[in-house]
Amino acid sequence: MAGRPAITGLWTTAPLFTFVAAPYGSVPLESDTDPAARADVPCVVRHYLRIVTVIATESLSKRFPRVTALDRLSLDIGPGVTGLVGANGAGKSTLIKILLGLSPATEGRAAVLGLDVATSGAAIREQVGYMPEHDCLPPDVSATEFVVHMARMSGLPPTAARERTADTLRHVGLYEERYRPIGGYSTGMKQRVKLAQALVHDPKLVLLDEPTNGLDPVGRDEMLGLIRRVHTDFGISVLVTSHLLGELERTSDHVVVIDGGTLLRSSSTSDFTQITTTLAVEVTDTDTHPDGTAVLRKALAAAGITLHARVEDGLPGAGHILLVEATGEETYDVVRDTVAGLGLGLVRMEQRRHHIAEVFRPEAAAQPTEVQAR
Amino acid sequence: MSIETTGIQKDTTRIHNIGYRNYEGPRLGRAYARRSLYSQSLRGAYGLGRSAKSKVLPMILFAVMCLPAAIIVAVAVATKLKDLPLDYTRYAIVTQAVIGLFLAAQAPQSVSRDLRFKSVPLYFSRPIERIDYVLAKYGAMASALFVLTAAPLVILYVGSLLAKMDFADQTKGFGQGMVSVALLSVLFGGLGLVMAALTPRRGFGVAAVIATLTITYGAVSTVQAIAWETGSPGVIKWLGLFSPVTLVDGVQTAFLGATSAFPGEAGPGAGAGVVYLLVVLALVLGSYAVLMRRYRKVGL
Repeated sequence: MAGRPAITGLWTTAPLFTFVAAPYGSVPLESDTDPAARADVPCVVRHYLRIVTVIATESLSKRFPRVTALDRLSLDIGPGVTGLVGANGAGKSTLIKILLGLSPATEGRAAVLGLDVATSGAAIREQVGYMPEHDCLPPDVSATEFVVHMARMSGLPPTAARERTADTLRHVGLYEERYRPIGGYSTGMKQRVKLAQALVHDPKLVLLDEPTNGLDPVGRDEMLGLIRRVHTDFGISVLVTSHLLGELERTSDHVVVIDGGTLLRSSSTSDFTQITTTLAVEVTDTDTHPDGTAVLRKALAAAGITLHARVEDGLPGAGHILLVEATGEETYDVVRDTVAGLGLGLVRMEQRRHHIAEVFRPEAAAQPTEVQAR
Repeated sequence: MSIETTGIQKDTTRIHNIGYRNYEGPRLGRAYARRSLYSQSLRGAYGLGRSAKSKVLPMILFAVMCLPAAIIVAVAVATKLKDLPLDYTRYAIVTQAVIGLFLAAQAPQSVSRDLRFKSVPLYFSRPIERIDYVLAKYGAMASALFVLTAAPLVILYVGSLLAKMDFADQTKGFGQGMVSVALLSVLFGGLGLVMAALTPRRGFGVAAVIATLTITYGAVSTVQAIAWETGSPGVIKWLGLFSPVTLVDGVQTAFLGATSAFPGEAGPGAGAGVVYLLVVLALVLGSYAVLMRRYRKVGL
């Protein structure tokens, strides 16, 4: 392609980027250099160990005359479902274009499935599926006809294209309606067809750009479940973008937050949401304890359990909910025993996870203030 | 009893969920995808593989295109003519309105759909690239026009042989006619696709193609007629450069032994013919360049 900056010279001088020649992104294993060690490691295990990086970028920048879409973005994304979160204009779509080898980076480099985006665009696109954010389906053909055509565009022979289309449409949940023209489909069904065309050639990675856009809550949940299945059942890695943080924490193994073209945060969803599990506890008042909540707070503090000051203001019954920091299984037992000991009725005890949204307000997430018994 | 029927139904309608299967078969890559897109677009131009409704117009136009040839052949055989009443090279000039209609209907169908419904990014996120897409679409449109314009010539040729006309003479004329319609197909196909690709609205595309073909031809032939009447036959051959049909007419007059349809048969000679050929070449390459540019902007 014309106009691509000549960065090939950099590659040879950068030993960090060993994945260029490897089928997947890889870390150098001892067994790679030592033939004796190689015999000891079973083949399957070695294969598993080698799949470390699905997408890797290093100080990737994309500048347009007026705006900088990506600014020295360095990412390392492994297999699984990865959420790419950012506000509109954060650089998500630009990143996808670069990863598909369709737009040259201004500087830096990127590799997908171990292939350099600057030189192996076609090879990448053969093994990657892409679902655009916008509507992209012609209304006058059926889902089957359309997906068969797209399968052939991915290089599948005619018979395989038809078989894979039937399979894929069934897996995304389209049955009899697949023979009807797409024009009559609901938004949810159209989204499924878009997902099917991205999966029909059995890619190793799919890039899903805002797949839940325009869906109602039920459709959203179904789509998120489907995306989860793409990885767990189909074994395909997923990069899914959204500007909604909440829905990605349920779906993704890993969440990358970018803002203004720079990396804001990258960590697994368990880091985001489960390092400290917060329990919401609500109890009844009894005749012996007219203010059950206050009594319980005092008792729990005495038992050495940390209580959070943050109460969800504005919600009904907010004053009656205690936020308890659970450090492990035993916390649940302590809360149960304390409540029972006081003779209170336990209305609820549920996990209240931190939300990814808190990365945008670090002051709220950081240092939860400990409450002293009032 | 109800248990029995459900038992039977269960047996016949059992669905085996075999789970997800990976695809291990061949991936035929870019060249195959380009060929597939070409054949899909070519078939699509005649409504094949599309709804019954979209077959109607191209098939009618194809029949209209072939009907005069069949009549000519019938008359020639019945009256034992020594030569065909219409030259092979002249046929496309006479039936240019039909060719124009076909192009106006099918060029937008071929490219505007992908643009309007934004399917283009789906192609470019696959192994095929911009050049493959443009070549496949251009090739398919030119081939569709060639099928349309060459079919009646084949009918004429077969008919002339049945009527036992001079074999060498007819074969030469047929060959010249085929080269001429091939040139016309490539030229018209390119111009039609450019106009269709510049607007995602199908209606505008249809109007633009018809307008370009008829207005330029109308203007050129009118001015040529005026020039003939006012006694300046020298400009006639240069005026022909300004419309697609007269361009093809000029090239075949200069190089393919055709009789010019210009007033007073004042077509270009070999010298001016080179200019005609260069203009045709420039238009074909220009169409290709514009299409490439157009798809650079819309890709993803």
